Amino acid sequence: MSQKKYRILIGKPGLDGHDRGAKCIARALRDAGFEVIYTGIRRTPEEIAAAAVQEDVDAVGLSSLSGAHLVLFPEIVENLRKQGAEDIPVIGGGIIPEEDLPTLNEQGVSKVFTPGTTMQEIINTFTEICEKGAHA
Amino acid sequence: MHNIDQIVQGIHQEKSRSIARAISIVEDADAGADDLLDSLDTARIENTMVVGITGAPGAGKSTLTNCLVEHCRNLGKRVGVVAIDPSSPISGGAIHGDRIRMMQHAMDQDVVVRSMATRGRLGGLCASAGAAVRVMAAGGCDPVFIETVGVGQSEMDIIQSSDITALVSAPGLGDDIQALKAGLLEVADIMVVNKADCPGADLLSMELEEVAHEKGRRVFRTVAAKKEGIEDLFTYMRELFDTHRESGESARRRKLARQREIVDWSIEMLRPYIGEMCKSRGDDLSMDPKICAHEITKSLLQGHGNRE
Repeated sequence: MSQKKYRILIGKPGLDGHDRGAKCIARALRDAGFEVIYTGIRRTPEEIAAAAVQEDVDAVGLSSLSGAHLVLFPEIVENLRKQGAEDIPVIGGGIIPEEDLPTLNEQGVSKVFTPGTTMQEIINTFTEICEKGAHA
Repeated sequence: MHNIDQIVQGIHQEKSRSIARAISIVEDADAGADDLLDSLDTARIENTMVVGITGAPGAGKSTLTNCLVEHCRNLGKRVGVVAIDPSSPISGGAIHGDRIRMMQHAMDQDVVVRSMATRGRLGGLCASAGAAVRVMAAGGCDPVFIETVGVGQSEMDIIQSSDITALVSAPGLGDDIQALKAGLLEVADIMVVNKADCPGADLLSMELEEVAHEKGRRVFRTVAAKKEGIEDLFTYMRELFDTHRESGESARRRKLARQREIVDWSIEMLRPYIGEMCKSRGDDLSMDPKICAHEITKSLLQGHGNRE
């Protein structure tokens, strides 16, 4: 039988209009066989969480280049929890300083990609996290 | 892994997560999918109006669907949307952007949106989309809109399984009207000229009127980006659905759609077996593929004591 298809939501939370990165990731994931739902720019954490629930995605990927990740990423984790979807893993990426990683991890963000991460690494991480979720 | 009873209960209580889980279970053909489909509220499914929205890329289908959703919400209706996009034939992946136009409803619990990829299935898509529509209907959505690019056969099948079909076109899309004339115009109940404020809209309306008139269909002009013409369009959809229900046309269509869906599911279920049989025949390429297929189907039928 055919392989399980993983569904990913790529979201751009907050007042950050730079979505080249998010679109690049969306395309790379599509080319790796994922079904990607893109929310468009300037979404609130509540909107992103609600969309992730309705689409029943296997993981959420967030992009932030504006420096608001410490506020926005945990808010999405929190909103997923409120909607009873705390099992959907959240992955983040963007212009994020190394020293913020432990804080984000503590707040429930499964993995954070900093500048310089290769596309292959991102694809591998999404695959691993989705597979882990499917067997949970 | 899934508690089907709990999910079914959640669907009927109109819970977003349960509806979403249910659609995934059916789409992935996971364990429990049959039990789930078997327990849905059939009365709700029976009464729900399913509207297919199709048309060329760039005609404004998502924007129009968004307007229709907004209009329905103003009427106090709970709405479902199944947005279908093609899968990449190379990687099998897909990108869904339909939500970008519908984000104004993102926080509205009474707008249920689901993106679906064609997954390279020939007929299976039709089956999955049909099941998704029924899950939404059982979850209290009425109407449910199915939005898809009307190009392939499977998309045509989905559209034909709707109660009401609207074909969206727009001026300036080049020669697509020629292509549309061939197939989709024949199955569309309603023709919509979107972007009706753009140059070329009058000519396009005239051309469509000509075809529509012959078949007793109507042409509507909308400017979805400015929310113009939406109310008339939706009112007519509803009227047409009611007329079809009274005349028995609706029952006839649903019966045909049901049959088509059964055929789709059956073929989808047979596919892996046929694949195996094909492989087990080894590397002998001397036989013509069609003759080979004939032998396989024959042996499949005989295997079950069911000769022609």
